[in-house]
Amino acid sequence: MLTRFSRRLIGAHKFSLPDIKTHNIDPKLVPTEAESTKDELMKYLTDMMTIRRLEILADDLYKNEKIRGFCHLSDGQEAIAVGMEAAVTYEDSLITAYRDHGNAYMRGISLDHIFAELFGKASGSSKGKGGSMHFYHKEHSFYGGNGIVGAQCAIGAGLAFALKYKKKPNVALILFGDGASAQGQLYEASNMAELWKLPAIFVCENNLYGMGTPIEKASANLELYTKGHPSPGIKIDGQNILAVRETFHFAKDYALKNGPIWIECATYRYHGHSMSDPGVSYRKRDEITAARAAKDPIQKVKDWLIEKNEATEEELDKMEKNIRKKVLEIANKAKEEPWPDHKELFTDVYGPGRKYFYRNIEFKNSTMF
Amino acid sequence: MQRAATRKFSSLLFGTSPEAPSGVPATRRTMLQSISNAIDITLTKDKTACLFGEDIAFGGVFRVAEGLRQKHGENRVFNTPLCEQGIAGFAIGLSAIGITTIAEIQFADYIFPAFDQIVNEAAKYRYRSGGQFNVGSLLIRAPYGAVDHGALYHSQSPEAYFAHTPGLKVVIPRGPIQAKGLLLASIRDQNPVLFFEPKMLYRSAVADVPNEDYEIPLGKAEILKEGKDITLIGYGLQLVHMEKAMIRAEKELKISCELIDLRTISPLDRETIIDSVKKTGRVLIAHEAPKFGGFAGEIATIINENCFLHLEAPIHRVCGWDTPFPLVFEKMYYPDEHRIFEGIKSTINF
Repeated sequence: MLTRFSRRLIGAHKFSLPDIKTHNIDPKLVPTEAESTKDELMKYLTDMMTIRRLEILADDLYKNEKIRGFCHLSDGQEAIAVGMEAAVTYEDSLITAYRDHGNAYMRGISLDHIFAELFGKASGSSKGKGGSMHFYHKEHSFYGGNGIVGAQCAIGAGLAFALKYKKKPNVALILFGDGASAQGQLYEASNMAELWKLPAIFVCENNLYGMGTPIEKASANLELYTKGHPSPGIKIDGQNILAVRETFHFAKDYALKNGPIWIECATYRYHGHSMSDPGVSYRKRDEITAARAAKDPIQKVKDWLIEKNEATEEELDKMEKNIRKKVLEIANKAKEEPWPDHKELFTDVYGPGRKYFYRNIEFKNSTMF
Repeated sequence: MQRAATRKFSSLLFGTSPEAPSGVPATRRTMLQSISNAIDITLTKDKTACLFGEDIAFGGVFRVAEGLRQKHGENRVFNTPLCEQGIAGFAIGLSAIGITTIAEIQFADYIFPAFDQIVNEAAKYRYRSGGQFNVGSLLIRAPYGAVDHGALYHSQSPEAYFAHTPGLKVVIPRGPIQAKGLLLASIRDQNPVLFFEPKMLYRSAVADVPNEDYEIPLGKAEILKEGKDITLIGYGLQLVHMEKAMIRAEKELKISCELIDLRTISPLDRETIIDSVKKTGRVLIAHEAPKFGGFAGEIATIINENCFLHLEAPIHRVCGWDTPFPLVFEKMYYPDEHRIFEGIKSTINF
């Protein structure tokens, strides 16, 4: 991330950030404005557009049965994955639930490995063994990609402790949704983190629906950023990428000095909960259309660039078309990748030193490995 | 939730059971509709009964509860937050007061956060209070098993964990008629019951399900087809593959197979198993869950203890591999027709 000083040198624009809500922390400490250069905004836009295309294409590929398993799309929520990564480094640990395609991309898993994993191909980032819900990147401290609602939160507390124990100047980013804020494990994790002042940022991506149930029907306390009490919390507009970036930049520093902090990012998912949920049986189409029109994170950055005369609508449309083309090409290439070898069914179950017998259709082709 | 599969099933599997009423008005129902019908009957007749779980208000992800909230009221059919441990504990408290409690865990794979409540609280309530309290009116339903593309967290078969816990009953239906009768019996049983529904059959299994209220007793296996050369033991979805293998084995190996649906794995109908194996001398047990520590091991031991001198061949188990439920290898993972056929063949030729 550029410093404020270097941004000024290269001609940054100033943006005032939307109102926030805070709990147990002086709101004056939290940034209220941000600066950003054209190059930065263009990069955020490129990343968000790429994730959007990845998700829309995944939707299509799922419906064509190229992607199997369970698949949860994050279009509409791109500013969180992208903004957060603009404020932290790959040394900071990240763990999330199953809506993880955007996080996977932003943690540096290349699109070809992402698509291959979605298809279950051998060249996938988890050798095709995990699929949509299970992306990981060890070198970039990305701990997944977890299938059970809320289970990642407690693991995240352990990640935070390990960072403190090893005296690293890094934090653990623990992502969960509004639905998971009803899971008991989150509070066990939050208590441990506060008790031992762990460098943890609890990130609630509040997209208003836990599967098909609106948050008002699932949480008695709708101020989700206060649910870590006495840990401090901040609620921000998760559709504003600069608000996300600045708040996470502040929160990282805060967590390293003081212990855990909660950030609730108000967001919206355009697709249903998973591929089997059309997403319109419990909310109206008008609501989705209105959210898209008023709060789209990509449109917001486009508007900024046009407003500041840094780009024209035509340039940005062209850029989007190029991204669309590139993502499609990568996906088509990944389709041609080979399937994993059959013996991969048995590998990675235990550590080394275990023998497996794989019985082939023809007995003579069976292998022991 | 899943697209309806168009598979052809035999009348053997989805035909009636001896305990179900015959010659009465019936409606063509999928397994899903049959389960929904059983819950509807319970909510209608038993004014204490409640149904709840994640997304239940709009019918649940598989739409089992569709229309029930409108019919029986939002105080009796309701949503819970996403909190399986809380759902189980809440259900136990409700049941301890005597309310008929039907709790849904959205997928059997999500039952593990609730494991402590089920195993330590529900199962032992009666014992540890010296019989003062119990949660006999508790039923926990969960879709389980392969679904063609469920992968690691939407396909598991956790029945053996619960069968291992004294105090719990574990029931798994194979078809729409059995699902209704067994579910009604499970709801009314005076013990906490786990009811695992083979979700692959939700929409693909169809039968003429009697409209009236009927029960199929727990702890009683059903012999689907009598035979003399080998006993095939299974439950739930696995029977689909077993039946296919059986038809092929009878034709190609010129043998006669006896097919048993356990229906309840705890308590287990030992007599039906023992009588059958004493008659045939050969046995194959199949389930989708991994082999190591799987329920087939328990059945094999009971056979070994009771039928040792009658056995003509080692007891054969065909199970899921000892790996997590895979993403791309699902068809290789579960015991299909071919693996079961090979098992029958090697047992017959031993």
